[in-house]
Amino acid sequence: MTAWIEDPAAGVRVRGLRRAFDGRTVLGDVDLDIAPGEFVALLGASGSGKTTILRALAGLDPADAGTIDAPPRRAVVFQEHRLMPWKRVRANVALGLDREAVAARVDETLAEVGLSGHANAWPKTLSGGESQRAALARALVRRPELLLLDEPFGALDALTRMKMHDLVLRLWENHRPAVLLVTHDVDEALLLADRALVLVNGRIEGDYAIQALRPRQRTDPDLEATRDSLLSRLGVGSGSRDPRQLISLSLEERTL
Amino acid sequence: MNASGATRSRALPVQARARRRHLKRFRRLLGPLSLLAIWALVTGLGVVSSEDLPSPWHTLHTARELISDGQLPSAMLISVRRVIIGLTIGTVAGVGLAVLASLGQLGDDLIDSSMQLLRTLPILAMVPLIVIWFGIGETPKVFIVALATAIPIYLNLYSGIRGTDRKLLDAARTLELSRLQIIRHVILPGAMAPFLVGLRYAAGIAWLVLVVSEQINATSGLGYLIVNAQNFLRTDIVVVGLVVFGILGLLTDAGVRALERRVLAWRST
Ligand SMILES: Nc1ncnc2c1ncn2[C@@H]1O[C@H](COP(=O)(O)OP(=O)(O)OP(=O)(O)O)[C@@H](O)[C@H]1O
Ligand SMILES: [Mg+2]
Repeated sequence: MTAWIEDPAAGVRVRGLRRAFDGRTVLGDVDLDIAPGEFVALLGASGSGKTTILRALAGLDPADAGTIDAPPRRAVVFQEHRLMPWKRVRANVALGLDREAVAARVDETLAEVGLSGHANAWPKTLSGGESQRAALARALVRRPELLLLDEPFGALDALTRMKMHDLVLRLWENHRPAVLLVTHDVDEALLLADRALVLVNGRIEGDYAIQALRPRQRTDPDLEATRDSLLSRLGVGSGSRDPRQLISLSLEERTL
Repeated sequence: MNASGATRSRALPVQARARRRHLKRFRRLLGPLSLLAIWALVTGLGVVSSEDLPSPWHTLHTARELISDGQLPSAMLISVRRVIIGLTIGTVAGVGLAVLASLGQLGDDLIDSSMQLLRTLPILAMVPLIVIWFGIGETPKVFIVALATAIPIYLNLYSGIRGTDRKLLDAARTLELSRLQIIRHVILPGAMAPFLVGLRYAAGIAWLVLVVSEQINATSGLGYLIVNAQNFLRTDIVVVGLVVFGILGLLTDAGVRALERRVLAWRST
């Protein structure tokens, strides 16, 4: 079993996390640190166990062994919005909050993600991007110290995804939660994160600081070297490629 | 919501949609209307004797008589009351049992197997037993309606709760909802659609078992009106009773459907 320690002032500290499904080891021995307010991206091939780590951090699944220290207020945004279809957007965002404090803060957060006009809409009527913004609002309104994002933009079109990147950065800068962003997309990690981790064979096999100033451009030459190392760590050779092609290269496209 | 400029261009499709709706309503009326026409034809031409089947006009006349002498209204009132009370008790029981059975292993083991057994039993075969238990007052009628309606409500709600989307449950857990909050905000609303299917089915069954039990064992109500008329070979009264049953059944169904539209507003776009 996992040992859990919750400390609001500390960041995330995972040691020796293990998880096997039906005797098949998915996470061998994962160590992972996220400083308070730090934005960390977690990359890895499909099926490498990224979601498994995230769910353990969220407290959704037990692990087989290891210790997890994480702040007590954690919020998750999944790849699908997971809004309750029978609640209007505002009620979805307010779900589980205490009555009094809520109303003002909910509307404030909806305004922050640009959904004020949809507060009374049913989730079914929202577009993909709007749904994800509502899910972001639902996570943020809880003022999490740790924000867990599991490929939240994976299902969005490229243009919407770029807008969501800007939005997430702005929200992160305003609220400064620690962030763990699980993604397939190397460029997404390079654009957003302070640090990128690569999960290979059930371990964190690469840890790359990304120091370029924000807002970053995909074509930023500072990112070039990190992109190359990330891709080669992920087992995707990049040597012979035209750099402009790399701009749109995402692991997702290559592994599917 | 619409910009004013869009109103004009939208006007046409809205009208067209309204026309289509009227057309649909008309088509749906076509079936019953042609049945009525056949009825009038067969009886009017003397293909069927009026002892076997009275004409629509004769039936209407009898209905007027039964209304003015108070027989029909009082029988209807009694039957409607039995259905409402029985259906209410059945719904409460079905919902309670389904919630208990689906939320814990103990409840499941104790309740579900008995309900699955009960569903295979033809409820009407229990009428003699129920008469022995409760005699011939109001209790046996209400009891059998409650029993017969609790079963479809239970079955549908139970499977609805069991089928709760795991992804939504996970989301609810990350929002730190309590168990009670999860039931209230996730599980029950999600099971609302199957519950209403069960309710609609139950409403139909309620009339069915009520009329049979009123025919076997009663001195009042619509079912009694019908068997009693049979004893005096008053075919016209029998037919009036049948028509009234049909109308009441349709009204009940329309009521549940209206409820469905309200409660499941989030599903329509
Ligand atoms: N509940 C479960 N039962 C059995 N196997 C599971 C379960 N959850 C995950 N797995 C397995 O664990 C492995 C890692 O799954 P995980 O969802 O963490 O991968 P991932 O890195 O998030 O993949 P993707 O990028 O495709 O989302 C997979 O092989 C998956 O089949
Ligand atoms: Mg995953």
